[in-house]
Amino acid sequence: MPGRLAGSLNMPDADPPILVVDHLTKSFATGKQRIQALDEVSFAVAPGVITGLIGPDGAGKTTLMRLAAGLLVPDSGTVSALGLDATRDSLAVQAALGYMPQRFGLYEDLTAQENLDLYADLQGVPKESRKDRYAELMHMTGLQPFVNRLAGRMSGGMKQKLGLACTLVRPPRLLLLDEPTVGVDPVSRRELWAIVNRLVAESGMSVLLSTAYLDEAERCQDVILLHEGKVLDRGPPARMSARMDGRAWSVVAPTQSLRALQMTLTETPGVVDALVQGEQVRIVTTARGFPEDLARRPEMAGNPIVPVAPRFEDVFVDMLRSRTESPEHPRHRPTARIGGDNSACDEAPVVIKVNELVRNFGDFRAVDGVSFDVRRGEIFGLLGANGAGKSTTFRMLCGLLPASSGHLEVAGLDLRHAAAAARERIGYMSQKFSQYTNLSVGQNLDFFASAYGLAGKRHREQQEWAEEEFDLGRYRHQLAGDLPLGYKQRLAMACALMHGPDILFLDEPTSGVDPLARREFWQRINALALAGVTVLVTTHFMEEAEYCDRLVIMAAGRILNMGDPATIKAAARSREHPQPSMEDAFIKLVENAA
Amino acid sequence: MLTPTLTRIIALIVKEFLALLKDPKSRSVLIGPPFIQLIVFGYAATFELKDIPYAVYNEDRGAISRTLEAAFAGAPSFRRVATLSSKAEMAPLIDSRKVLLVIHIGQRFSDRLLSGGNSPVEAPMQVIIDGRNSNTAMVAMNYVRSIVDQFNRQWMRERGQAGMPAFLESRAWFNPNLESRWFFVPGIIGMLALITTILVTAMTVAREREQGTFDQLLVTPLRPAEILLGKTLPGFLIGMVQGTVILLIVTLWFKVPLLGSLPALYCGLALFLLSGVGVGLLISSLAVTQQQGLLGAFLFVVPAITLSGFATPIANMPPIVQAITRIDPLRYFMVILRKVFLEGAGFDVLAHQLWPMVLIGTTALALASWLFRHRMY
Amino acid sequence: MTPRTNALRKNGVMRLRALVNKEFLQIVRDPSSIAIAFLMPLFLLLLFGYGVSLDADHVPIAFVAEQPSADTRDFEASLLGSHYFSVVHPGSMPEAEQALREGTVNAIVRLRANFGERLRRPDGAPIQAIVNGVDANTARLTLGYLEGTWGNWLTRRAASNDKQLNTPVIMEQRIWFNSELKSRNFLVPGLVAIIMTLIGALLTALVMAREWERGTLEALLVTPATMTEILLGKIIAYFVLGTGGMLMTVGLAVWLFGVPLRGSFWLLWACASLFLLAALGMGLTISTLARNQFVAGQIAIVGTFLPAFLLSGFIFDIESMPTAVQAITHVVVARYFVSIVQTLFLAGDVWAVVLPNALALLLMAALFLGVTWRKSRKRLE
Repeated sequence: MPGRLAGSLNMPDADPPILVVDHLTKSFATGKQRIQALDEVSFAVAPGVITGLIGPDGAGKTTLMRLAAGLLVPDSGTVSALGLDATRDSLAVQAALGYMPQRFGLYEDLTAQENLDLYADLQGVPKESRKDRYAELMHMTGLQPFVNRLAGRMSGGMKQKLGLACTLVRPPRLLLLDEPTVGVDPVSRRELWAIVNRLVAESGMSVLLSTAYLDEAERCQDVILLHEGKVLDRGPPARMSARMDGRAWSVVAPTQSLRALQMTLTETPGVVDALVQGEQVRIVTTARGFPEDLARRPEMAGNPIVPVAPRFEDVFVDMLRSRTESPEHPRHRPTARIGGDNSACDEAPVVIKVNELVRNFGDFRAVDGVSFDVRRGEIFGLLGANGAGKSTTFRMLCGLLPASSGHLEVAGLDLRHAAAAARERIGYMSQKFSQYTNLSVGQNLDFFASAYGLAGKRHREQQEWAEEEFDLGRYRHQLAGDLPLGYKQRLAMACALMHGPDILFLDEPTSGVDPLARREFWQRINALALAGVTVLVTTHFMEEAEYCDRLVIMAAGRILNMGDPATIKAAARSREHPQPSMEDAFIKLVENAA
Repeated sequence: MLTPTLTRIIALIVKEFLALLKDPKSRSVLIGPPFIQLIVFGYAATFELKDIPYAVYNEDRGAISRTLEAAFAGAPSFRRVATLSSKAEMAPLIDSRKVLLVIHIGQRFSDRLLSGGNSPVEAPMQVIIDGRNSNTAMVAMNYVRSIVDQFNRQWMRERGQAGMPAFLESRAWFNPNLESRWFFVPGIIGMLALITTILVTAMTVAREREQGTFDQLLVTPLRPAEILLGKTLPGFLIGMVQGTVILLIVTLWFKVPLLGSLPALYCGLALFLLSGVGVGLLISSLAVTQQQGLLGAFLFVVPAITLSGFATPIANMPPIVQAITRIDPLRYFMVILRKVFLEGAGFDVLAHQLWPMVLIGTTALALASWLFRHRMY
Repeated sequence: MTPRTNALRKNGVMRLRALVNKEFLQIVRDPSSIAIAFLMPLFLLLLFGYGVSLDADHVPIAFVAEQPSADTRDFEASLLGSHYFSVVHPGSMPEAEQALREGTVNAIVRLRANFGERLRRPDGAPIQAIVNGVDANTARLTLGYLEGTWGNWLTRRAASNDKQLNTPVIMEQRIWFNSELKSRNFLVPGLVAIIMTLIGALLTALVMAREWERGTLEALLVTPATMTEILLGKIIAYFVLGTGGMLMTVGLAVWLFGVPLRGSFWLLWACASLFLLAALGMGLTISTLARNQFVAGQIAIVGTFLPAFLLSGFIFDIESMPTAVQAITHVVVARYFVSIVQTLFLAGDVWAVVLPNALALLLMAALFLGVTWRKSRKRLE
């Protein structure tokens, strides 16, 4: 722990805490309901370390950050930062701490330099010390070549670094970062963490960072796990995951369909979690030691079972599963289609064909000669940093954007010119929740069923199926916009699947949802793939890339590598990384390309 | 059994209405402002003067000048607020807008009027009027003139004198009492229908883009033409309903006579709404956010109303501006409204107003659908 | 006030300058600001300066003499000589009526067959005037012009016959401030109020709501800048912009449209500043109530722009409105300013008009700015 080492001279644990949260409660009114954002939350943050505030969307992270910055008034309880009450003495607190809001707080029609100047003036940084400070910040963030670019023209990663630079223009003692890594690619995330680590190590800054990425917990010295407005657990991440020691296993099953194995395992008692990871299935068990009866099951026969190191996500999944007494295992859609076994991928017909695809926006070439094929029943992933061209490729495939040149075919047709009927064969789920928020769940389902040309009996049947399969029936009369996040995602999925498409396009389908919902989602995708549905998915969760049969990694509009997860990871194997993760492989590829 | 196309279009229209009526933002555009505007416009927009504040500076003390004073006192539109005793009092009163005009009767007014016998010497009378609002001044001056004329005629009749060798015998067709409310209020139907349809259509696509639902719509089997139709019809129907409600208020509450052919009026309304919807879709094909849609609608609606002849006649505009008004659909509908309401016109008279709206509407719709196809990203 | 907060104010000037500077950069780079602050005012000025006019000129009229004679030609000559009319000659009365119905002429002047004969009889000859009454205002003006022409013709005729015209009372009219009664002279000054409402209320409401919407305000709030400084930054920037709009309007009014500015320019400037403050107060109040550009824009249009257009006396005379509507106009800020500009331009420094209206503006400005200041605490709620 580099931060701990550098700051060890002043013994951080002994110092008075830099932020104290005491029985903090806050609720908001939305329409007729009141949402309890924070419920009696108490903790203290030690100085000189990085404290992670971790939890899925809607856990109350942003509310907590805003309360600490004196931007909200608590219903009850207190927050004090740097020894000052953030509510009563908000002006003094705001003058002393640094805070980067979720959307970075940048003026999009100002250049990077103008944004920096503005915050330097507002923070009262003396003119004479600015030159050095700017140079330092620009060096740190690598933004020097872009100082005259409008903030609105920057990529997500650049905005995030510029936002951080603006917050740091006068070094604060306490830095609050609200989801700084959301929507940012792994390379930028890694760079941001490097910057934050250096700040803590070199200047003894204290950082409170909120994130929905559970893997980032492991980079913090201290973690506060927040769920639905309550603190689930807190402590150093290593201690939290220690509890999972001896409960994580890997099953190597070379002869079987891993997906089928995973699905069986998930529903087996004694298993908390089962995930496909490369050529293995990773299992977390309810108790230490591998259950005897599970090892004896026929489908496990002869498969080697290896104990593996627990991850932070296991802690979270285990906690959430034990909180919801009867874990909801989704029923799978009994489909009438003849399911092509996905192990027979190579023989399956090509469904999506992309050849030398190019897309220009003015002078800028967003997609530069991309080619790949997707076979029926495959789960095919598109991975890439922000601005790598994966969304543009995706939109061209869906027929939302014309290609500048090149050839593309979806089910033998170019969707942009194809008859409307061809679109009946595809389902689409966009990155942002894009059902009608002010229509009820029932009205949304009804509309999309009609839009896909379902009529009469079939319309009724499919709508009933969707309500049942996705457990949406009880929300039928509620406005889609008021649904909990997990249910919004279900609704979006239901709308995309109701007409029984052959090909499914999913654009970052799981961003922001909690790990349980993500697992449920992937189970459903697996079931669909097994039934012969072709799935094309973009994601920035690297571990989700492991669920794909094949994937491409893109950067600067080009394909850097293509293949199944194992091959791609193998390419990144080196002496330092004998067992590279997908993220390692990704970063290595992107760095090599740059 | 409905064809799939029809099913899809109906679903789209139902969805559009649900979204419009459930969204508080859209509801606030549809219901509140139009009726507030109707009432305020209906009452505020008038060029008649009902209450002209004036002062009298009468230097003559004779009986006849008092008869003249009485003529003004008896006129319903005049309100005497001051009686002056010196010329110096005049300027402050007018300057401070306490009075619009001062009637100054000269010293020997009665004497001169009585002295003449058969050939009377004219008696001087002066009207000093505040010209800051030129239109008000002009209208007030006409009122004063007609009172004086009436006084003169009566004077001569009483004395058996020969009157003027010629006199004006005026009559107004279509609006015998020259009520300007009859002129403005039917125009409000067109103005409000334009505001509503343009806002509704300009915002629907922008709202879908903002919420990301537009992409979702484009990947469904809905054809661009069907989407366009689904976006066009709700604005059109809402305009029709609103137009009808306002029409009823105009006839029943404001009591403006509706003499002409109602089918002709509705035909005009339909074509006008078609062009309004076309322009609205054009705006929404360019706007990315609802805020841009609102501003775009604002930037179109303000000139469209000013140039429509709603408040100021197109004939008074310079030729270049008159030429510009030809691309303003409201201009044609204004004519239709007034001709049908007050002049009792039917289809025969209105043909010249109908086809330009068809032209504007189809051009705008064609342009909008072209832009939709080419700006789908 | 704690010593700590005093220390925080030390850098206030630097912060304020930075905030104002930021606003200007944003105005220049944002197309919707440019549209509202520059395009719309220019368009309105050209429209009201050149385009829109209430003064009917060359009104098309049909002249029908059922039996042309020297007398009818004499009367016709005076119609032809007037720039108010443009005369057409339909062959018969039904044709003239058809033209009136079709709207190609606004009025018919008809002299009957026995015009010449009745002219010499004691009861006189009628001159029949039929106007299209649909546009009541134009109809009235047309009738007024006809009466004027008729009067002039009688006087001229009497003079040429060496006789005195038998008119007991002759009305002599004197029009102050705008002797030619040009409607441009009263419409263009009123535009100052409209344009400053656009910039002060509509644009300011939009940009402040945008800061809420885009989350930039959240970042500003967690700097040492106080809410007062943030608001002041907006007020100063848009005050300068609004003053620019005012100077442009006044400049164009005087030099391009030839509207006389009889009052003091500095007094106009002072009153305009008061009005601008009130408009800015309205804009900021709207955006604190609705932290969404769309809703803020809509409230600003319905609540400030339309009333400034309709209920301020800019076009329609307030005195002629029903009492209830007149009462409403008292809360329309533009009303007070329109009264001041029209007076300052055409009449001069009339303190009896300027003072009470300026006082009302001051109260309104204080009210709206006060509400804004009270409502915007340095919080997100």
